[in-house]
Amino acid sequence: MKPTGAVEVINLQKIYGAGDEAVHALESCSCEIPAGQFVALVGPSGCGKSTLLNMMAGFDRPTQGEIRLDGEILVSPSIQTRPNSDRVVVFQNGALFPWKTVIENIAYGPTVQRKLKPLEALDQAHAILKNVGGMERIANSFPGQISSGMQRRVEILRALINQPKILLLDEPFRAMDTVSKSGMHQHLLDIHQRFQTSVFLITHDLGEAILLADTVFVMTTRPGTIKLKIDVELPRPRNKEMTLTEEFTTLQKQAIAAVHEEARKAFERGEKELA
Amino acid sequence: MFVGISLSVALWYGLVNWTPFLAFNRLPDPISVMMEWISRDPDYGLSIFTTDYYLHIAYSTYRATVAFALALALGVPLGIMMGWKATFHAYAGALLDFLRPIPPLAWVPIAILILPGDEPAVIFVTFLVAFFATTLNTLLGVRSIDPDLIRASECLGATARDILRDIVIPGALPSIFTGLQIAMGAAWFSLVAGEMIAAQYGLGFMILESYNLVQYPTIVIMMATLGIVGYASSALIRYVGKKMIRWREQSLGGLSGDMPS
Repeated sequence: MKPTGAVEVINLQKIYGAGDEAVHALESCSCEIPAGQFVALVGPSGCGKSTLLNMMAGFDRPTQGEIRLDGEILVSPSIQTRPNSDRVVVFQNGALFPWKTVIENIAYGPTVQRKLKPLEALDQAHAILKNVGGMERIANSFPGQISSGMQRRVEILRALINQPKILLLDEPFRAMDTVSKSGMHQHLLDIHQRFQTSVFLITHDLGEAILLADTVFVMTTRPGTIKLKIDVELPRPRNKEMTLTEEFTTLQKQAIAAVHEEARKAFERGEKELA
Repeated sequence: MFVGISLSVALWYGLVNWTPFLAFNRLPDPISVMMEWISRDPDYGLSIFTTDYYLHIAYSTYRATVAFALALALGVPLGIMMGWKATFHAYAGALLDFLRPIPPLAWVPIAILILPGDEPAVIFVTFLVAFFATTLNTLLGVRSIDPDLIRASECLGATARDILRDIVIPGALPSIFTGLQIAMGAAWFSLVAGEMIAAQYGLGFMILESYNLVQYPTIVIMMATLGIVGYASSALIRYVGKKMIRWREQSLGGLSGDMPS
């Protein structure tokens, strides 16, 4: 079977408001996520990263351009495909349903899609929680009773159980401490290795992006445009020890230099504009 | 709690019997009220051994219950619709914002004119305050739901009906119960006032009646009874709320023992 989950972002523009108050969130933004690949998008806060992700999810539509999933138009100025379980978002601040237990949260997708009977969905949720998460003992806890790291892992499982074509991760590790973060990185690498699902990760941490992704796109601010594409040729399977290898540090240095160069150029352009 | 009650009873006794202020001398002291309350042959006709006493309680409880049930049945769905559908809010919100500041008692004459008899009129004014409190708190509850939860359920394939059942209602539930607590308090408040104006039975009616007949201990007995019945109704709602929102208590862990209510 041909791998699915290829996303193309073509010449995307998003303007909020109109007239003098118009905000150009995205402008001529193009990038692609090949099927089964892990792609990271790095950029400063407020540069339009989440705007792009929201459109992929189907929460919003562009003012120009389009996004395609496996060749089919997902969103364009005139089309907005409803959010669906083929592209599941994991949110920045976590969005587990606080009134449902861990296992009910995971079983939610298959249950509301009427793919499985409620009991079968629970069985499947138990299986994925045990086999992928290794967290069967928290099955009947409420989200408020478990750590934020575990919440995030449960949320990823809640997405994976639907066998999505692409996972959309909106800065999911932002509020985490270094230790839990590094645990989450490993977890995500293992999951990607195992399921070969396309992943689109938004982050502002360049090191994290290089460790996890096959391709890193760098976005600059106002209006958000892809300024740089970095191919990460670290072998898979990867692990966090790789961050200590010379290959990784060289790549990271190059990437940082390139991002700084972009930032410097942008800064100079800004000065010219002001003058 | 016990210490607090004892101290206030002592203060009451002291004020009535030992202060030089004439104003307090007219009041019955706690001992004479208590004696009247538990007397088998009460001086003014009402004690825990008389059927009339329970008749008044039953009338008031019945009115409060009907009014509260109506407020619950109409206010919760209306609040949810208003919080969920912007167009619905645009219509109903304006009307509600205009009607809400009108004090419930201002409705009494109109209610008596429109409704058949005094009984529905008293229930109506009681219902009205409970209804506003329930509707507005339900609306706030729906508004307070994190939009990401709704987006997350859409991603997982939920339909509008699923979202209403699985996200909107459970998410608004804590706020709905806060609203019901307020509604219950407000209902008793306006019930007593309504009974004073237009009723032949009930605790509120009896308070005013006892005043007119110079039966001061009965006033206090009725007031204390109102306190007990009101507290019991509040405790009942709190209990049901705790049962229905189990996730919240468990998520907060040990801190929830003194959940504000």
